[in-house]
Amino acid sequence: MSSRDRGRAWPRGLQAALRYVAMAVLALALFAVILLLAGKDPIQAYRDIFTSTLGSAYGLSEVFVTMTPLLLTALAVALPSRLGLINVGGEGQLYLGALFATWGALRFSALPAWLLLPLMIVLGMIGGALWALPAGYLRARGIVNETITTLLLNVVAPSIVAYFVFGFWHSPMDTNKTANFAAAARLPTLGGTRINLSLIFGVVLLALFWYVMARTRWGLEMRAIGGNPGAARRSGIPVARYLVGVMMAAGALAGLAGMAQVSGYYGVLLVNFSRGLGYMGFLVSWLAGGTPLGIVVTSFVVAVILTGGNLLQLTGDVPYAVINILLATTLFVVLARPSLPRRRKVA
Amino acid sequence: MAKVVKFDIPVRTARLLGFLTGAVGMGRWMKAGAGTQGGETLPRLSLPVLQVRELCKRFPGVLANDDISLDVFSGEVHALLGENGAGKSTLVKCLYGYYQRDAGEILVDGIAAPLQSPEEARRHRIGMVFQNLTLIPALTVVENVALFLPDLPVVPSLTEIAARLTMLGERYRLQVDPWAQVQDLSIGQQQKAELLKLLMAEARLLILDEPSRVLVPHEVEGLFQVLRHLADDGLAVILITHKLEEALRAADRITVLRQGRVAGRLTRAEASEDKLIHLMFETELSNLSVDRSRPAELAAAPVLELERVSTAARGTAVGLYDIDLAVHAGEIVGVAGVSGNGQRELADLILGDLMCAAGTKRLLGRDVTRSAIGAIRRARVGYIPEDPLTMAAIPFLSVLENMAITRTEHYARNGGWQMDWPAVQREAEAAIQSLGFAFSLTGQARSLSGGNLQRMVLVRELSHEPRLVVACYPTRGLDARSTVAAQKALLAARAQGAGVLLISEDLEELFLLSDRLVVLFAGRIAGAFRPAETSVMAIGRLMTGAGEAHVVP
Repeated sequence: MSSRDRGRAWPRGLQAALRYVAMAVLALALFAVILLLAGKDPIQAYRDIFTSTLGSAYGLSEVFVTMTPLLLTALAVALPSRLGLINVGGEGQLYLGALFATWGALRFSALPAWLLLPLMIVLGMIGGALWALPAGYLRARGIVNETITTLLLNVVAPSIVAYFVFGFWHSPMDTNKTANFAAAARLPTLGGTRINLSLIFGVVLLALFWYVMARTRWGLEMRAIGGNPGAARRSGIPVARYLVGVMMAAGALAGLAGMAQVSGYYGVLLVNFSRGLGYMGFLVSWLAGGTPLGIVVTSFVVAVILTGGNLLQLTGDVPYAVINILLATTLFVVLARPSLPRRRKVA
Repeated sequence: MAKVVKFDIPVRTARLLGFLTGAVGMGRWMKAGAGTQGGETLPRLSLPVLQVRELCKRFPGVLANDDISLDVFSGEVHALLGENGAGKSTLVKCLYGYYQRDAGEILVDGIAAPLQSPEEARRHRIGMVFQNLTLIPALTVVENVALFLPDLPVVPSLTEIAARLTMLGERYRLQVDPWAQVQDLSIGQQQKAELLKLLMAEARLLILDEPSRVLVPHEVEGLFQVLRHLADDGLAVILITHKLEEALRAADRITVLRQGRVAGRLTRAEASEDKLIHLMFETELSNLSVDRSRPAELAAAPVLELERVSTAARGTAVGLYDIDLAVHAGEIVGVAGVSGNGQRELADLILGDLMCAAGTKRLLGRDVTRSAIGAIRRARVGYIPEDPLTMAAIPFLSVLENMAITRTEHYARNGGWQMDWPAVQREAEAAIQSLGFAFSLTGQARSLSGGNLQRMVLVRELSHEPRLVVACYPTRGLDARSTVAAQKALLAARAQGAGVLLISEDLEELFLLSDRLVVLFAGRIAGAFRPAETSVMAIGRLMTGAGEAHVVP
């Protein structure tokens, strides 16, 4: 029990910081060993990652580009985790969001941007929410655990996207992607960079998430459900409605991420465009303990690794998979960590 | 000892494997004579089995145990008596290694024992029955017992363990079906199984943390006989209680705790009710009797009406059949019965957590048969469940937040975007004061003692002028003073025009408080009475399924 920690005089903040630093060092050291075994110079690799991302304005902007969808997909995990729900389905919800948004972009391409973009956003969120609905409903009725359903639905979603792209929407040139979106269907970008508006969405929604959980009536009710569903139910809190509603809200967030990817990043719907953004969001939320600030910091760090990895692949003939090894070692070290202060049942 | 530690994990894994393969039969494997402690009776007043020297345990802001010394001998039942929050549970949790003490020494058989973990306590053959029992509900009794055995072989013979369990059960009158799943057992039977589990693991010092809390009167009597028998066989028993009467009836020696300190040590011969009260509370308690002034007459309008209500049985729990019950404004209707005869179902049904399979439920004249809990709650129904920790509290939220969760709508401001925490605080503090309780609103609910948790729920459910209060065992786990305060609070709610449905096993309490009494037996109302027209004996007969019903027209 935690009574063991109680008497300790050691300041908790410092303890936590030391642990995080130790974990980071351990992860980097492990990865260095792997690079050494592959015959690469780890110091050089780390230097490359650093200079290519944080060392230039362009590199930094690319980090923000990579970070953008992670904020939303991580939030799609963090929000339901407060109720004790484990949403592994960000990936599938993201695909469905992209699918619905693309339908809007292709069908109403003549509309002006101020009308078309909100429409696509709403469509994307509906798509993601609908994909999360069965999982939430089955969980609320106590039939199947949401972890299983969301995970299984992830496998189905890309196939649905592929069906629509291959079958109906592909451009005359390609079979595996739609025609480019009209300019009105593209999210505005910042200056000459590829950073798009959805970065703001992510930050604002995370702030809103914090406020709702900490201050509002619904936050209190959700925390009550997460803390003791039985007592919450007996207190008159509509637990089943919350389970379904929050799962759908989480799906909507992941769907928004999907919309942002096709509208802001690609400007086109590609088959299998995501390559695990939803899962990466799960990882980020887990590492961040589900806290909004933690999600911002963690997704930034993960984005640095991912962006730097792209560059490593291009310049120093290191395969991209190596970056997955670095992410995996990070996760491994975090999982194997001694108990962190304020560890939440998140995931 | 190092060896034991080393083999600990493989042995456990092996146990699990044994169960997974559902293995049977491997002949005799236990040490000869295991399970019968009779052979090793130690002479009374030799070396104490357990000596505690100046033990201290601190929690943030509280010195829970301050310089406690205690000797426990073989062959005695030693009562630890004290109010809620006097430090009884903390002390024994330190003895069991569940908490780590901050200072002090513990000697087992005169040899210093660190007792830093329950595993270690078990190696010293100390066994503990927690307030919240620790059996695994999905397993059978015999599987639970086997898991707890110190040297379970890879392929255990459950039939053999079951046979020994039955033998031991007969010896100490702790009969439990070894093959029953724990979740199907009543809480009294679970307690017996828990005791058997410890005895099978050859415990020689048994610690029972408020065992009577979950038992009906005749079960308590049975338990005390069992404890006496065990002590006569040479075991040492530590019995935690806050009931004077229990300490006087069951114990050989009594140590009284007050505010974390030893307030006095008495043998049974020396002890008297007055002396113990004096030690427990420092002063003589005044005003222990409940004010029973009643409103002149019952209001005509029923707050709650149940008409021929039946429910489907859940699992092995009983269903309710043909319940006709009305609770009027300004009256307390007592529900007597042995637990497991439909009390929980009745409370759940009224709250809306269990749906009627047939019949009608009306609240203030409105049909609420199919209403959700939220709607029932908004009609100002207070609900005090049987187990506050698991059924009413959110352990990781603050006490203040817990005070708000049944009335989130009331405290929400700006359409829910803000909560009026000052109002929660104000109203909670006023309610706490008017009930005569004292506990802090800051801090997490899980840090409250069991009694304070119950107080928190009482305050939450009885403030805000409820129209109907469903109270399940509202004074269970409270000390004498708080019991009176809680009973007064129920009477105050009644005086303000609330209807109160009081579910209790304490017949004395029911007779004291109720305007009318009904008896539940096997999911039916076996009888309805006015307390003046009946007797404890008559009610007792109905509770156990004997005798005729005398229904008040």
